[in-house]
Amino acid sequence: MIKFRVNGVDREVDVDPATPLLWVLRDSLHLTGTKFGCGIGQCGACTVHIDGEATRSCQMTAADLAGKSVTTIEGLADRGQLNKVQVAWLEGDVPQCGYCQSGMIMAVSALLKSNPKPSDEDIDATLTNICRCGTYNQIRAAIHAAANA
Amino acid sequence: MNQHLKTPALKPSRRLFLGGTAAGIAGLSLGFSIPVADAEAAEQAPEVNAWIVIKPDDSVIIRIARSEMGQGSLTGLAQLAAEELECDWSKVSTEFPTPGQNFARKRVWGNFSTGGSRGIRDSQEYVRQGGAAARMMLVQAAANRWNVPVSECKAANSVITHTPTGRTLTFGAVAEEAAKVTPPTSIVLKDPKDWTLIGKGVKRLDTLDKLTGKLIYGIDITLPGMLVAAVRDCPVQGGTLKSFDATKVADMRGVKKVVPVGKTGVAVIADTYWNAKTALEALPMDWDFGPNAKVSSASIHAELAGGLDASDAFVGVKTGDASGAIAGAAKTIEAVYSFPFQHHATMEPMNATALVTADKCEVWCPTQNGEAALQAAADASGLPLSACDVHKTILGGGFGRRGFSDYVGQAVTIAKQMPGVPVKLIWSREEDMAHGRYHPITQAKFKAGLDKDGNLVGMHMRISGQSIRASFTPGKPPEIDMGVFQGLNGAGAEGKFTYAIPNLLIDHAMRNTHLLPGYWRGVNLNQNAVYVESFMDELAHASGQDPLAFRRKMLTGKSRAVLDAVAERANYGKPPKGRFHGIAQIMGFGSYVAACAEVSVSPAGKLTIHKIVAATDCGYAVNPAQIERQIAGSFVYGLSAMIYGGLTIKDGAVVESNFDTYNVIRIDEMPEVECIVMPSGGFWGGVGEPTIAVAAPAVLNAIYNATGKRVRDLPLMNTSLKSA
Repeated sequence: MIKFRVNGVDREVDVDPATPLLWVLRDSLHLTGTKFGCGIGQCGACTVHIDGEATRSCQMTAADLAGKSVTTIEGLADRGQLNKVQVAWLEGDVPQCGYCQSGMIMAVSALLKSNPKPSDEDIDATLTNICRCGTYNQIRAAIHAAANA
Repeated sequence: MNQHLKTPALKPSRRLFLGGTAAGIAGLSLGFSIPVADAEAAEQAPEVNAWIVIKPDDSVIIRIARSEMGQGSLTGLAQLAAEELECDWSKVSTEFPTPGQNFARKRVWGNFSTGGSRGIRDSQEYVRQGGAAARMMLVQAAANRWNVPVSECKAANSVITHTPTGRTLTFGAVAEEAAKVTPPTSIVLKDPKDWTLIGKGVKRLDTLDKLTGKLIYGIDITLPGMLVAAVRDCPVQGGTLKSFDATKVADMRGVKKVVPVGKTGVAVIADTYWNAKTALEALPMDWDFGPNAKVSSASIHAELAGGLDASDAFVGVKTGDASGAIAGAAKTIEAVYSFPFQHHATMEPMNATALVTADKCEVWCPTQNGEAALQAAADASGLPLSACDVHKTILGGGFGRRGFSDYVGQAVTIAKQMPGVPVKLIWSREEDMAHGRYHPITQAKFKAGLDKDGNLVGMHMRISGQSIRASFTPGKPPEIDMGVFQGLNGAGAEGKFTYAIPNLLIDHAMRNTHLLPGYWRGVNLNQNAVYVESFMDELAHASGQDPLAFRRKMLTGKSRAVLDAVAERANYGKPPKGRFHGIAQIMGFGSYVAACAEVSVSPAGKLTIHKIVAATDCGYAVNPAQIERQIAGSFVYGLSAMIYGGLTIKDGAVVESNFDTYNVIRIDEMPEVECIVMPSGGFWGGVGEPTIAVAAPAVLNAIYNATGKRVRDLPLMNTSLKSA
């Protein structure tokens, strides 16, 4: 049994300790908002926060989770109130297929915590997530909108 | 009409799955009925006609037959129906009817296939008629209630008004009666000048749940008692699986069963994906890689090169006497180009969930072709179409890949060996890369003649390479595939050659490889645009003419208009210091498109694409805001492939296996994109694909202007742009 916190709730899972957090979330806890894209830490679709830091959940095993606090896209809104990044995404009509957007939003909300007014260069250096629909210019505009919200 | 809805099969996917977390569908019995509160309510709401459901609270549900994969036509199609329905847009939501329902109702929703940028242009008329018919029935029902002539009533914003008395009724108040009204036989659609919703850049209808993790994609389907499968198919197409040793993994954590998948693959079914994947990796497999095991990129290249001068070519376009004109020209130019295999690499890997019993087969999957997925389910289960159904989810990207149903057939084949238990099949990214339906590989050879004044008097373009059409009849290729000539055709909406050249010959030597090609966003327009638009630049430079002026001499009408529009907006010919322009234009998928790229190349060879100005004349622009997003998105997709997207073939298999070896553009490489949406009216052109074709040649032509290097082989990353 591995014990950790997810979206403010204590959880216990009985899985192979080598199971990546991504699949613990998706298959054991049915939190499917965190997406599988590559499994090798390249695409960022599985980005979550671990103790507040943006982390690719396919690269962290269940064994490493004990005692950690995980926030997923399902836990980003605060008591039903969308996070300011989600609001900026909604206002900017950002997603196309939307599959990468959970990871994008989690990466950006972590970025804005450490760097509340990121420059374009900061965004380029930090946001390495992949979007195949090509929503990057909407994403950039929405990051600035959220930063100024 | 309501009687059609009494069958339990119409399960509107969207609302169904919104409540579809494990808790939400805990009550699922395996009788193919998912009792979610919302869906139950929807079934009680009256269907005015097949397209329109209106609830007593006035909310409007518009049924969308085409798939939504990010391209936005779910919203655009709803706009078309709502325009004629005269409903309150803020009350609109959508749902997908199932392919099984379409089959049962004699294809009342028409074609479900979503590709070729056809979602709107091929269904706009009957979708608008569906909205108009529903409005007429609602107005008739109100007139009946008031006992007044229908001519005295009109509908606007979901309210019907009896004009002489000012009495009103809402759509919701008369919807049930409207459903009983005889549908109109004659429908007059609104004049485009009277449109208020079509042409408006309204926001998408499907955004909110994409921001909270609530939207259930195919890969997220969770059913009670569901198991998960991981599959491996022979990495070399044409090979087979000789044997596997299930006993070696039978005791591994979570493993339920190891099953063959046809003659070419094997799947592990387990309690979770991770356990299935882990056991699959440990499973001993013995392959026969078959007759293609020695095929390589080099052998394919040589075979295609042989087609460039071969005599077995099919003539697609012929005007005048090209070879005679070239022979008599003042100056002749030749060039050979190549275009590689490319992968779709959708963000959501292929997946499908199937539940098969002795007499039913039900599938949940992301598909661009629901009816083909239904057929695949029937074929793989051995059950009749009427005993099968497919629940479409929103797709995590399609780009043409999900027009094929191979993964649906696999899922059903696997689930059939676990009767009564839902099984979700998920491909790893590596499996996805190894079993694509790749962008066809081709080469092209040009010969052209210019007269002493620099006019193009004759041109021969020989294409050598794959036919997508041939992939549907392996081993028995057709003699002709006119699709190869997309953008080069003598006439037609799917891509007519826009340059007036007095003597022109375009022919195709078909050379098919064992790797199956497929429809890839932009399809054959992509390589044809790279070939023709690069070569036009070569001709202009060889004769000392400006590439824009050279093209303008041979263009007229809409083609010249879009090219002029980008040139003007981009301030063509006067780029900022250190930057260079390149242009391109083409016609395809019913639309006229052009682009002007602005790039710089550092002495070390680093390319920066600063900006692309794009123009499209798509006839009618249903939602300009979404069109702009499609244009920018098509550029990212096309330029990712141009820069990085070539696949290497070794020992018959694809070498690139994930995003570490198959790179794509990220935000740091994203250019500014400026769009000119210039609908000239009178026709319906596509949007999702046409512009992708002009991104690569515009950038390649700009690279030439920056470096003097003519890139004729893709991907670009294989060519050094370093200053000599």
